[in-house]
Amino acid sequence: MTRYSTRFRRIAVLAAVGSLVAIAGCAESGRTGSGDGTGDGGTGASGGTFVFAGSADPVTLDPFFASDGESFRPARQIFEGLVGTKPGTADPAPLLATDWQPSEDGLSYTFQLQEGVKFHDGTDFNGTAACWNFDRWYNTPPGVGQTEDQAYYWISLFKGFAEGELTDSVYESCTVDSETEITVKLTEPFAGFVAALSLPAFSMQSQAAIEKYGAKGQDDPSQSAYATEHPTGTGPFVFESWVKEDQLVLTRNADYWGEVALLDKVQIVPIAEPKARADALLAGEIDGFDLVGPADIPRLEEEGYQIANRPAFNILYLGFNQAVKPLDDIRVRQAIAHAIDKEAVINASMPEGTEPALEFVPEIVAGYTTDVTEYAYDPEKAKDLLAEAGAEDLELEFNYPTDVTRPYMPSPGDTFNAIRSQLEDVGITVKPTADVWDPDYLDKISGSKDHGIHLLGWTGDYNDTDNFLGVFFGRASSEWGFDNPELFSALTEARGLPTVEEQIPVYEDINRQVMDFLPGIPLASPVPSLAFAPNVKGYVPSPVQDEPWNLVSVE
Amino acid sequence: MLRFVVRRLALMVPVLVGLSILLFVWIRSLPGDPARAMLGQRATPEAIERINKLYGFEDPVVQQYVTYVGRLIKGDFGESTRNGDPVVTTFFDQFPATIELAFTALLFAIVLGVPLGYWAGRRVGGWLDNLIVSTSLLGVVTPVFFLAILLKLVFAEWLDWFPTSRRQDARIEATHVTNFYVLDGIITREWDASWDAIMHLILPGIALGTIPLAIIVRITRAAVADVISEDYVRTAYSKGLDPAIIRNRHVMRNALLPVVTTIGLQTGLLLSGAVLTESVFEIGGIGRYLFEAISQRDYPVLQAYILFIALIFSIVNLLVDVSYGVIDPRVRVS
Repeated sequence: MTRYSTRFRRIAVLAAVGSLVAIAGCAESGRTGSGDGTGDGGTGASGGTFVFAGSADPVTLDPFFASDGESFRPARQIFEGLVGTKPGTADPAPLLATDWQPSEDGLSYTFQLQEGVKFHDGTDFNGTAACWNFDRWYNTPPGVGQTEDQAYYWISLFKGFAEGELTDSVYESCTVDSETEITVKLTEPFAGFVAALSLPAFSMQSQAAIEKYGAKGQDDPSQSAYATEHPTGTGPFVFESWVKEDQLVLTRNADYWGEVALLDKVQIVPIAEPKARADALLAGEIDGFDLVGPADIPRLEEEGYQIANRPAFNILYLGFNQAVKPLDDIRVRQAIAHAIDKEAVINASMPEGTEPALEFVPEIVAGYTTDVTEYAYDPEKAKDLLAEAGAEDLELEFNYPTDVTRPYMPSPGDTFNAIRSQLEDVGITVKPTADVWDPDYLDKISGSKDHGIHLLGWTGDYNDTDNFLGVFFGRASSEWGFDNPELFSALTEARGLPTVEEQIPVYEDINRQVMDFLPGIPLASPVPSLAFAPNVKGYVPSPVQDEPWNLVSVE
Repeated sequence: MLRFVVRRLALMVPVLVGLSILLFVWIRSLPGDPARAMLGQRATPEAIERINKLYGFEDPVVQQYVTYVGRLIKGDFGESTRNGDPVVTTFFDQFPATIELAFTALLFAIVLGVPLGYWAGRRVGGWLDNLIVSTSLLGVVTPVFFLAILLKLVFAEWLDWFPTSRRQDARIEATHVTNFYVLDGIITREWDASWDAIMHLILPGIALGTIPLAIIVRITRAAVADVISEDYVRTAYSKGLDPAIIRNRHVMRNALLPVVTTIGLQTGLLLSGAVLTESVFEIGGIGRYLFEAISQRDYPVLQAYILFIALIFSIVNLLVDVSYGVIDPRVRVS
């Protein structure tokens, strides 16, 4: 037995070693050399490699079928749309279109296109390519590609497709006037149209690449070979490789039509926990990361790391469910508003630089006005109002989420505690109810009537007032539990106005109307932060995360 | 022997079918709705309804199960509802990360556990025995995630001896062939990549391996203490046999049987512990993916992953049973 097993063991070991050697014989290192690259391109300078951590893997690399920030992050580097944003703002600016003119009725837009632009596969970007993209979006085949899980922005902005369940589309047609000019026709006025085109979802993509690698028939378009291995745009970086859960690698597009990137290479890695991202930066494993936890800021700054704030483009609010009595009484809502000291809440739970909110849109959105009813912190007045409403012994369920940080809600538990103690100071009994953010909390707040007052908020996608007010109050919902047809129809009308100029006074009115009606209390617009190693230069934070990395360098 | 293996494999089929039914019903009875989880804050009633219809989440559970089995027979385990990835592909992409971690943990547990258990077992009641037994008790009761966070804090953040998270430094730019990062470095001769991957495995390996280590110590100790008092050991000593031969052939070999059984049973523990360890150390293996799938009600991923894990557990334990025959001739005869 002993002899048999020893021999057996020897054979096994030999076989294992042999197979290893065999594999080694045919495996090659894929390294390209020293790693400092071949610094060509217009600048001559080599900006090195930039390792950046996001919070998760992208869902897909075809931005049309994405709506999450992690999918848009690489899309901003690989692709460009007709419209971009002015650096550091949410305002539309020329990108692949150099200029545009709306028609008077707001039903058609003419775009002049940038000349001499090529996709990464060498094909031309021109009028034909631009219209092909519009038609591609409109002709998305029925199936998973037509759900809000994928073509979210097309559905929410353009409403419908050529065929399938949703056919009432705002989009009508795209005509190639010449190779440098196209005209897009809409079926109804849409003032946010140009700003909407700055979303990465509406990036220009290569027809040749999609026809070669794209999904066929009923296949999931967000997981095609194109969307995982061959994304092809016109941007400053070219896709190189993607190992899921590990890293996404992009390299400089040396033939970029704009300012050629300084960096040779970009590596985007997923690290889920904010604290783990900070640890990785401090350990020198990465050069920068997004979504900095407020608790990590002091320790990063102490060590000499850079913190960059994005201009706030979000809003955190305390919502009232008017289906629960006595929250349907305006005096009770006003009383709660007077009971809350927003400054104290901000100091207790939000990053430095956060301003209290006056209304349900942040300051840089069209229609923002300082001329709205304000509810100053006044506990005595709050008590009087409660007495007047016969609600001295008010008992309220207070819902808040756990296991989550959002740009607008960096620390929900602390925000809850600060507000809770203020409410108790005016004699309100608070019944805390905590739920896990997704799906439990969201389910309860927006899918059921079973909640009292709650914390929630929103980050804007692009510069459009409807993207805030319309999302919150555009229709009766179980989140707010009220029916206010006057408000609903005002919002529908405002959305249909042909230009932003015409919308501004209307949205100012709506903001006033909302703050008198007081469906909830806008609390603050916390500033989201990025962190970088001391040697990273040239990163310009954008409120809508439109941050192309061609000017970034690592020295 | 062959008949034994075939019979055991055949027995696995009803077990897995039963498990798949239980899983299917259990997952669907969890509160929360996958359509809402998919859409997050952007969910509207209409969008939820359309997704439920398209994915068949609203059909009767029996009908959903029949559809599911129909696809399963064709080898189609479905796609993740979170990101559309085919479940089987992601499982095999992520599996190497978990295997590397589990292997490191097991290596740590065995290499340290068996000798420690042996020393303790030879001198039951001695000071070394007392020390080992009480320390191992501490190991058994320390929760995996607590130990993981503690190790990371002390050895990665304060002392800076090890990397804080992930499987490999992105700057290494390693070539990946098999997705076993240590192995990849060896076969492509990127030695720094292998070394870096090993450094990344040490803390999570210790965190995950501590409970198995403690259990192996205790089982080995008991088995050795048992065997050492057997008549044949005393006889061997009294006839003047080399103590080294007694230790290896007579004591260890006979004590190994319960130890091997225990190691087999640890696979389940390792795989469940991997869920926590991978989350703490940001390792992209099946454990972390499963954890995310639970919170997102990702039905296809939950079903397939739990089923695969059960299958692995059954196969490992079958291998353990087979190994009895190699270790102990008495089992082979019966």
